[in-house]
Amino acid sequence: MSALSIRAVKKNYGNLVALDGVSLEIKQGEFFGLLGPNGAGKTTLITSMAGLCKPDSGVIEVMGHDVQKDFRIARRQLGVVPQELVFDPFFTVRETLSFQSGYFGLNKNDDWIDEIMANLDLTNKANANMRSLSGGMKRRVLVAQALVHRPPVIVLDEPTAGVDVELRQSLWQFISRLNQAGHTIVLTTHYLEEAESLCGRIAMLKQGRVVALDTTENLLAKHRPPGMPPKVLGDDGAADLEAVFVKIMAESK
Amino acid sequence: MEQVKPLLPEAIIQSGFPALFRKEVKRFYKVAFQTVAAPILTAVLYLLIFGHVLANSPKIYGYEYAAFLIPGLVMMSILQNAFANTSSSLIQSKITGNLVFVLLAPLSHIEFFAAYVGAAMIRGLSVGLGVFTVTIWFAKIPFEAPLWICIFALLGSALLGAMGLIAGICADKFDQLAASQNFVIMPATMLSGVFYSIHSLPPFWLQVSHFNPFFYMIDGFRYGFFGQSDVSPYHSLIALSICLLIVTWVALSMLKKGYKLRH
Repeated sequence: MSALSIRAVKKNYGNLVALDGVSLEIKQGEFFGLLGPNGAGKTTLITSMAGLCKPDSGVIEVMGHDVQKDFRIARRQLGVVPQELVFDPFFTVRETLSFQSGYFGLNKNDDWIDEIMANLDLTNKANANMRSLSGGMKRRVLVAQALVHRPPVIVLDEPTAGVDVELRQSLWQFISRLNQAGHTIVLTTHYLEEAESLCGRIAMLKQGRVVALDTTENLLAKHRPPGMPPKVLGDDGAADLEAVFVKIMAESK
Repeated sequence: MEQVKPLLPEAIIQSGFPALFRKEVKRFYKVAFQTVAAPILTAVLYLLIFGHVLANSPKIYGYEYAAFLIPGLVMMSILQNAFANTSSSLIQSKITGNLVFVLLAPLSHIEFFAAYVGAAMIRGLSVGLGVFTVTIWFAKIPFEAPLWICIFALLGSALLGAMGLIAGICADKFDQLAASQNFVIMPATMLSGVFYSIHSLPPFWLQVSHFNPFFYMIDGFRYGFFGQSDVSPYHSLIALSICLLIVTWVALSMLKKGYKLRH
């Protein structure tokens, strides 16, 4: 069973084609990258997985459960960290996490909430109002909210946009530990060095279509631009994936 | 690699309704000065001003004007605050974007509706109880049929809570919501017989009042105190129940479709 099965998903907003028959199979335990320029359809695909948007056609399953027909079980399998820094200004960090846990039917979940807060260095902010937190701290709470029900599949929509280096590193260490513990991670980011160092497989989207799908290693090997010397993965990898990304985007129509 | 399981096994369906309901109640409780105390003060001011100005007006149902006015003010406060709770909570969550946390959760449209409307009823009834507790000292009021008082308070707050939910879903901006509050809810409550018996109106406006659902809520609620009303409480109950059914159906349909919530 795939962690995520996306089959022929189409979505139009008026004349704008957001998703044009996207199909992807993401295996359990993968660290998967979803890359593309702005407007490629990454966020539409993620919101479709989460049930925040209804595709015009096609099927999306999370851990074998249809996100539309079987939404109660499907949503319990999925944790989404939204792109925007959103929060409820009425509540403290602990209240925010406690309510979020309750929405998933978990009313006595303090042990797990404490563990998440400890891992994200939020414990000493537990009783602070969300309004009083810095942007980085709010971002950590967003990650914590996505994890309160311990979902097998975690989707991170540009989680490090506008985040300082220290938080970025601690966030990736924590997400990598979750991945090693068996969680499937789907990541969208414009920081290609992050995708290259973390993701085992990458899909590139352009104008709502998948234009490349392969392991990171294969993408780097197959699409190395002419004249660029062969490099070992991780050795100045940022330039590699960036060059590959630019080449694929230029070649795909 | 070991397969990760969610904390709640698939076979167990545990509702998210209690958490969403608690969150909605706590939301207005945290700003109770604005959401509960302020409307009580407004109602008391209405009573002081109108009660004083119209102190010498003829008795209605055999009671002085202040006694007639108090149940109307209580019900008006219940209705306006039930509407304000759902509508303001939803529009704030939509505009700030934090509604996404509720939409990501495995909540059905019925749980969503019940939690928002339930919390709106709690706020409306809290304000109503507050207004009653403060104003009851200003006049002698009978309690002829307390059951009718409870029925109309509960159904009226549910109706306005559901209407507020629809307004919150439909509005994209705060001023759109303010328009529905100021141009629909406020006139409909003010012209529903809160401050007068509709039998004192000219024939045309008397007929118009019968098309105002707020009139039936106020009139039925008042019957519970005086044992007298402009129309039969059964008639009012039927009108209120029909309105509640229609509004509930519209709200549930919108939530099920994800109208303006899920794109």
